[in-house]
Amino acid sequence: MDPVRIIEVKKSILFNNDKKAESVREYLQKNKTFMLNLMSSPGSGKTSLILRTIEHLRQEFRIGVLEADIDSAVDAERIQSIEIPAVQLRTGGMCHLDAGMTELGLKELDMAELDLVIVENVGNLVCTADFDIGAVRNVMILSVPEGDDKPLKYPLMFATSDVLLVNKIDYLQFADFNMDALKERVYRLNPDINIFEVSAKTDQGMEAWVDWLRGEIRQWSA
Amino acid sequence: MMHELGIMKNVLEVALEYAEKNEVKKIRAINLTIGALSDIIPEYAQMFFELIAKDTIADNAKIIIEKIPARIRCRSCGTEIEMDLDHLLYSCSQCGSESIELVSGREFRVTSMEVE
Repeated sequence: MDPVRIIEVKKSILFNNDKKAESVREYLQKNKTFMLNLMSSPGSGKTSLILRTIEHLRQEFRIGVLEADIDSAVDAERIQSIEIPAVQLRTGGMCHLDAGMTELGLKELDMAELDLVIVENVGNLVCTADFDIGAVRNVMILSVPEGDDKPLKYPLMFATSDVLLVNKIDYLQFADFNMDALKERVYRLNPDINIFEVSAKTDQGMEAWVDWLRGEIRQWSA
Repeated sequence: MMHELGIMKNVLEVALEYAEKNEVKKIRAINLTIGALSDIIPEYAQMFFELIAKDTIADNAKIIIEKIPARIRCRSCGTEIEMDLDHLLYSCSQCGSESIELVSGREFRVTSMEVE
């Protein structure tokens, strides 16, 4: 029998994923395409928010969508119905996208023809925060019915996002939701985060969010 | 809980890569260092690893997880304390300042392996 020995590794578990994510970003840069990673719980209004964002920006930018879902194509069909190229990525049971899956999805889109790719990540606030998919910016949605205490339960997600979209603000009048308490909790985890209060349903607040995104896209492609 | 599956796939990749470099015949155990802010359930980690490592030299390897507590440091007075993960509404216990930085808790590493 061979002797037992210890070998040192000291390597990030996600080293390969992070390396792949960097190469995805380089590929995006080369094509002057901006990629947004959108994360949230199920039912927070990701698809509706994407549709509304597209409505605001489709005159200025050529947009494509990557839809991640554990096992269906419903969301991609909704996007395709407004004549926007959409690719469905089935993660086959996995709770998050990784950089390799994202790369495969991008190959299905005509990158030379796109200024913006919006990625709808799998609906959950835990795993998606750990995996860099190669996006230029990471955005999370928290909807009002989910409650203002979510930063306490999913600190990593709030700490790693560039933007928090507080969606469904048209529900505020019915909900026991303290916006100031939410913001205080979020800023403590992440002082640099941008927070926008929006309703994808009524369009309230969408202009400020879209303005931010417009600026980021222009900066990336400049 | 499928969270652990994706992570263990990455662990296996790193482990096999190092095994090849070091001409390892069999991986007996893999030591991971995980910060308290990344939640990994050890039982699931082991279960998923067994599933994906079956036909490799890491078959039956034991996954050993060392958890690193989340610690914060006060930017005003330098005091370092462990973060209360149940509440997170922290401020410095010494001077009351709310300007705080995270010192540890986000570790996510394969530290070492026990091999033959």
